[in-house]
Amino acid sequence: MRRSIPALATTAVLALALAACSSSDSPSDATSDSPAADAAEGTLTMWVDDTRIDSMRPVVEAFSEESGVEVELVQKATGDIGPDFVTQVPTGEGPDIIVSAHDGLGEWVNNGVVAPIELGDKADAFADSAVQAMAYDGQTYGVPISIENIALVRNNALLADTPATTFDELVEQAKGAGTDFSVLIQQGEESDPYHLYPLQTSFGAPVFEQSADGSYTDTLALGGEAGHAYAAYLAKLGADRTLDLSVDGDKAKQAFLDGQAPYIVTGPWNTSAFQEAGMDISVLPVPSAGGQPAQPFVGVQGVFISAKSENPVLANEFVVNYLTTEEAQDALYEAGGRLPALTASADKVDDAVLQGFNEAGATGAPMPAIPAMSSVWSFWGATEAQIVGGQAADPAGAWDAMVQNIQDAIDG
Amino acid sequence: MTDQSTAQEVVPDDPTGTRPPRRRAPRGTTSHARSFSPGFIAKLILIGTVDALGVYGILSAWAVSQWGILAFLVLALVVANWAYFSRRMLPAKYLVPGLLFLVVYQLFAMGYTGYVAFTNYGDGHNSTKADAITQIAAQNERRVEGSPSLPLAVVQSGDELGFAVVTEDGDTQVGTAEQPFEDVDATVESGRITEVPGWEVLGFAQVAADQEAITSLRVPFSDDPSDGSVRTQDGSTGYVFRSALEYDAAADTFTDTDTGTVYTPGEGGNFVSPDGERLTPGWRVGVGFDNFTAMVTDSRMAGPFAQIFVWTFAFAFLSVITTFALGLFLAITFNDPRVRGRKVYRSLLILPYAFPGFLSALVWRGMLNERFGLINEVLLGGASIPWLSDPWLAKAAIIGVNLWLGFPYMFLICTGALQSIPHDMTEAARIDGAGRWRIFRSLTLPLLMVSVAPLLISSFAFNFNNFSLIYMLTGGGPNFVGTPYVVGHTDILISMVYSVAFESGTKQYGVASALSIVIFLIVGVISYLGFRRTRTLEEI
Repeated sequence: MRRSIPALATTAVLALALAACSSSDSPSDATSDSPAADAAEGTLTMWVDDTRIDSMRPVVEAFSEESGVEVELVQKATGDIGPDFVTQVPTGEGPDIIVSAHDGLGEWVNNGVVAPIELGDKADAFADSAVQAMAYDGQTYGVPISIENIALVRNNALLADTPATTFDELVEQAKGAGTDFSVLIQQGEESDPYHLYPLQTSFGAPVFEQSADGSYTDTLALGGEAGHAYAAYLAKLGADRTLDLSVDGDKAKQAFLDGQAPYIVTGPWNTSAFQEAGMDISVLPVPSAGGQPAQPFVGVQGVFISAKSENPVLANEFVVNYLTTEEAQDALYEAGGRLPALTASADKVDDAVLQGFNEAGATGAPMPAIPAMSSVWSFWGATEAQIVGGQAADPAGAWDAMVQNIQDAIDG
Repeated sequence: MTDQSTAQEVVPDDPTGTRPPRRRAPRGTTSHARSFSPGFIAKLILIGTVDALGVYGILSAWAVSQWGILAFLVLALVVANWAYFSRRMLPAKYLVPGLLFLVVYQLFAMGYTGYVAFTNYGDGHNSTKADAITQIAAQNERRVEGSPSLPLAVVQSGDELGFAVVTEDGDTQVGTAEQPFEDVDATVESGRITEVPGWEVLGFAQVAADQEAITSLRVPFSDDPSDGSVRTQDGSTGYVFRSALEYDAAADTFTDTDTGTVYTPGEGGNFVSPDGERLTPGWRVGVGFDNFTAMVTDSRMAGPFAQIFVWTFAFAFLSVITTFALGLFLAITFNDPRVRGRKVYRSLLILPYAFPGFLSALVWRGMLNERFGLINEVLLGGASIPWLSDPWLAKAAIIGVNLWLGFPYMFLICTGALQSIPHDMTEAARIDGAGRWRIFRSLTLPLLMVSVAPLLISSFAFNFNNFSLIYMLTGGGPNFVGTPYVVGHTDILISMVYSVAFESGTKQYGVASALSIVIFLIVGVISYLGFRRTRTLEEI
């Protein structure tokens, strides 16, 4: 009898594990199954990442007080929200609502896990690029809450003004400051297509064609003559060391902090560090290199509703009717410090730095959300690294090979 | 496998398992229920806990309609109770937990992988056909351009739900699913409809109680269906929508309301138009052996796949050979009693084995960096050798790093095996006039192989699937040009599977599962053949 005790213990553990597996499903179901006898009964589950959960909490509490609907916030890792949403929604165990960057939208639509919403007249109250980012294939899927994009940041202690109208003039002027670097654009072993995108668009080579309503088609637009001209320009910047693959994000930030460069192309996530270090900075649009407007990518944080939410009315009430209000967007800005997507709230932001980013992003293009985007990034970065690093003897040829690779990946 | 082997090992150790009759008390005199020994009470408590948890699990499974889990839990509970309360089931008392774990963690995972391998599960084929139909309909319901947003109230009369709206002109109208909107004399207060004669206006709480019915209600805008219908998502605002694609349940087709194109369900799990245009999302369907042949039939993938296939074998084989050669050499060297400070050397040599492999791979990645790496910068005086970006150098770098990572293991097992070879045998050989090389080749090596060969085979199988090294060191790069997946010259099969499943834009779990089964078969066959060969070695 004594000998069988370890075996018994093992069984107990097994049963515990099994029970844990199965019971973890039940609470969410129990809450969603129970019909709301009055408004206070409803519960929505919302996935938020660690950087946004604290700014979302007061907004959610205000909504609960107003409507009686509880919103349960679940913290997830940023990178897990999109993939888990895709795998869990079909099982019926997914959340009602997620907060995420918009670039996964194409994948969610393609997998049928996100529900379309109708913003109606409220759409006009948002920045155009923010609403475009929430659309896929002509249908709107989310409410934008904040916008992020990159811009040119100037160290006012080194240069007081920026007369340059082209990127070449900017580099010339910056060299006059006598610092180690002129215009810092962070690179890395895989280059950085995101930070180089304003230069690329100024040559008229956006990654995809945009249809009239601003949504992307999956027709590549980065090849051809415009692409070749940009590739040659990249090679030139690489040759004169304006761009250096060894300067990655951390090194670029540090160099700017140390006063080794008058300019850096970066986003709002770095400027708080600059200001904390006591630097006097201005935020400007990136000047054009190829003659056309330099459009940065605009990343939009949005709130999306699951296609299989059992509380579609409550979810719409919260997302479409509450989060679109000035009150909610103001509260999100105050707690999170990110530029609100709602124009009225964004106009109230009196932070000069955020306003600078806002102006630079006004002409921006939303980051494409098509499902093939992840393979696009890897081919894109690898090729730009070869061109900047000088390994590609023929930049135009390397660019064409990359376009072919990306096309294959999309067709694949 | 661990569960199984430990469970099997336990049985022979247990003397009672082989001689149960002698210990068993005569029937009828004592029963388990009468002997309240401390052990029995402990058993009762433990089994009681297990049963309680099991019943809780069963109820939970019942609540979420997971019949598979429910059936398994019932079966597992019955088996557990029977095994631990029956006096005849002594071996089962040891085997049951292991077997249950085997079922849950091995057989289920294997069965599920096998199932997925024959479907097109992945991006775009994520769920069931019913879900796909609902989603296609929802995604293609478009708001009529220029139509107003209508302040709306949900109204109820008996069981019938309807919408009351305020039109642009300020009129109030009521309609239901069958009855298009017509004018009524309703009370409007600050833009909201508060009373409709003959109808009860539902408050937010009532709307929230019947969300499914309200969001799926479509009230025709007028008698002409092409005018669209009004729907609401929040119970307070209505919009006029028109379906760009309409589903015909009888024919199981989608029809484009503008062009008349008919989309029929195709074999690939999508609705397809006659000219081949597919609607997304699709649904999961069985695709037979397509996933298994996908790598060979796709002309863009066939060449790279063949290269990856060959490189996987070369990598696994060279890794075993190089690490074994170096490990054996060092083991023989440090087995010689004339070497001083052997213990210190041996401890130092085991160090690479003590670091976590993926950590070492990351460190090596940094050291092999073309511009800033220690190797180019310091050891080679600023040379610019593309260790990780040239296809052949990257392969060499991987073999080299794996040699550094792997030789301590070989050194350890060879040292152990060498020390177990009886000294008098080598002495006898020396007396017979054999030279050093002769002793090594005819005596040491064959005796060594008896114990080491199975470990070499398992080492081969391990390296065949050495994902972390490839992923951390090169990430598979440098990449092939023109392949539909992001795969590179140093990818082995398992890292290719990872890329296909997770990294290449569109996730293809079906293809990835099929590839893992192929890998399993290859490793299985090689191991089987290898172990059969080693049996002949034992006959020396």
